[in-house]
Amino acid sequence: MDFSLNDDHLALRDAVQRFCDGEYPPEHRGQAETPARAAERWAGMAGLGLLGLPFPAEAGGSEQGPVEVMLVAQELGRALGGGAFVASTVMAGRLIALLGSLEQQRRWLPGLASGELQAAVALYEDGARYDWQRAALQARAVPGGHVLHGRKTGVPHGDSAGLLLVVARDAGSDGLSVFAVDANAPGVRVRGFDTLDNRRAAHVDFDGVQVDPAGLLGRPGEAQAAVEAALDAGTAALCAEAVGVVDALIVHTAEHLRTRKQFGAPLAKFQVMQHRLADMAIALEQLKSMACVAAMAIDADTPAQRRRLVSAAKVLVSQQGRALGLQAIQMHGAMGMTDECRISHFAKRLLVIGQLFGDADWHLKQLH
Amino acid sequence: MKLQFSDADEAFRREVRQFVKDHLPADIRRKVELGLRIEHADYVTWFRLLEARGWLTPGWPVAHGGPGWNAVQRYIFDEETLLGGAPRIIASGIQMLGPVLHAFGTDEQKKKYLPDIRQSNTWWAQGFSEPGAGSDLAAVRTTAVLEPDGQHFVVNGHKVWTSYAHWCSMMFALVRTDPNASKPQEGISFLLIDMNSPGLTVRPIRLLEGGTDLNECYLDNVRVPVDNLVGELHKGWSYGKYLLGHERTGIAGIGSCKQQLARARRLAERQGLCDDPVLQSRLAQFEVELMALEFTALRLLCDHQQSRTPGVEASMLKVRGTELRQAIFEALLDIAGPDAVPFSLEAQHLEQLDEAATDPELVALAANCLDARKLTIYGGTSEVQRNLIARATLDAF
Repeated sequence: MDFSLNDDHLALRDAVQRFCDGEYPPEHRGQAETPARAAERWAGMAGLGLLGLPFPAEAGGSEQGPVEVMLVAQELGRALGGGAFVASTVMAGRLIALLGSLEQQRRWLPGLASGELQAAVALYEDGARYDWQRAALQARAVPGGHVLHGRKTGVPHGDSAGLLLVVARDAGSDGLSVFAVDANAPGVRVRGFDTLDNRRAAHVDFDGVQVDPAGLLGRPGEAQAAVEAALDAGTAALCAEAVGVVDALIVHTAEHLRTRKQFGAPLAKFQVMQHRLADMAIALEQLKSMACVAAMAIDADTPAQRRRLVSAAKVLVSQQGRALGLQAIQMHGAMGMTDECRISHFAKRLLVIGQLFGDADWHLKQLH
Repeated sequence: MKLQFSDADEAFRREVRQFVKDHLPADIRRKVELGLRIEHADYVTWFRLLEARGWLTPGWPVAHGGPGWNAVQRYIFDEETLLGGAPRIIASGIQMLGPVLHAFGTDEQKKKYLPDIRQSNTWWAQGFSEPGAGSDLAAVRTTAVLEPDGQHFVVNGHKVWTSYAHWCSMMFALVRTDPNASKPQEGISFLLIDMNSPGLTVRPIRLLEGGTDLNECYLDNVRVPVDNLVGELHKGWSYGKYLLGHERTGIAGIGSCKQQLARARRLAERQGLCDDPVLQSRLAQFEVELMALEFTALRLLCDHQQSRTPGVEASMLKVRGTELRQAIFEALLDIAGPDAVPFSLEAQHLEQLDEAATDPELVALAANCLDARKLTIYGGTSEVQRNLIARATLDAF
């Protein structure tokens, strides 16, 4: 049992913190990015080596583990930044590393690491909520590869991704396959939209999209375990990101309590406010612990163990993250309702994190 | 970072588990599992078994009978003994006074008192709280005045909420020795008082669940030899703080939470609620919160320097751990449903269990649930803990 960070961990954390301090001015945190600004920041993250952090060395990565990913995600969370880090580096990268042949890894991962290519996992479908295993998007074997028919919804950062990893039902075996599809391929229609937290996501239609054999990751119909592992890695990273967001939320709230005066005294003098702040601080410690647990679970001995720990972490992150965000709005009074006040942006990111990759109820059910 | 306990820790866990399995008398285990009354003789039996194994006094220096465990080993010991159905080590002589005497007592005091504490021959009462001094302990008003010959203090006052005073032959108490001190924390001294002294009266307090473990102690011109002063005169507050800060590893009560959650699952099965989705969801929620609490306790134990608010971890763990345990007790009540209503004080003794109107597993449930309300009151109420946490958070963030 060891939760300590070594010097390399601390150096990584400091580097990301410095990057965020420079790239995300405090008064702009949580604002929508122009595509140009997003690309600039993405290049900056690539320059720091963040975009290939967990990839194998032979594919342009630095072979860091889930704990390093956690530290990066935490710092990005604090700045409400990071763009597609979780979607592309953590999830798509992991899926390629787990399923792809060495050749496929060499084809895509170096581009992901250098920032030239962004990837997204197209997982969920209409009407199935979080139950991606019921995927209906069909992959039919044809001479020269497969043809994809169907629709994926809510793909995080799906409209900036050049590469889509599509989870599809293999018509032959009825199992799940993953295909790497060029977002500009004929028959792919990406419809991007804004999300509650000023980020982007997309619904994607696949209408008779041809994929050659080099685009099939792993064996047909046998991708479920790898998708699950990649999704857990993404979920663990989101949990870590939430820790950073909550930490920043408490910094802002404590500052507000110290400086805002009502009835002739700073709000910090009112016990009812003190106790709410105390509960936030307790929750933060619990979230930190569970983010560590989720990160370390990624390398757990068995998938069942990994799933259980990640689900437990996500239950708490979804419940507490939202509750803390909304509580902080209340503690800021009417200012907390404004777009100008950063609190609303932290709260919205927490709310979205809570709904992504399984909400509290869904993950709680996994634990019954 | 590593999520697993070391091989040595796991081996230690097995050793403790096996010891409890082999040595804990079955009737004591049964009482703990059913939440029944645990008698003085039960505690003494179990404590002496632990002492014979060298495990009774983890907070004591190795040279004086401490096993030399680190925080993680102490944590494992607490968890395994409680999960194995052993009673908690509640004796305040072992957990509170022992470490204080080791640190601040005279050689004579150590020689005179420590062996009997270790052998469970002497139980000590904690004479801290008073009617006007609960969580605000610095408000103690019990006075100790040195007689002109300098040989005795004369103590007058009223101590309250004294656990197990009826089992105790000695008391350690905070008393005011300088009423003119500039701050309330100054001018307090730490005295050892013989419970059989003339002028000392113990009166049990009947509690809401029917128990009488708590007492009032009236001190009416009780004479206490000056040799019974611990440390320096007027410096008692710092010894009291040392004492309260000493027992931190177990403060979250994770072993107790697990014990009660296991009880909830056992009872849910007996009550035919295994497929009830509402209850299952509640129990799953407890598992999540318990896991978060447990890893937080381990993280904070392992890694103090990572903390942004060092020093208040114990408060955080206490608030969260006690509130969670209370919530589990409430769930137990709901699992019992209508069977939580019949009440018999007598049937809460193992020997009279047969007289109960309900399943023996349910006899003590409501009483246990009510008794658990003390958790967020003693040792500094949750409200006082939150004050401390808020102050630290306002300073650190």
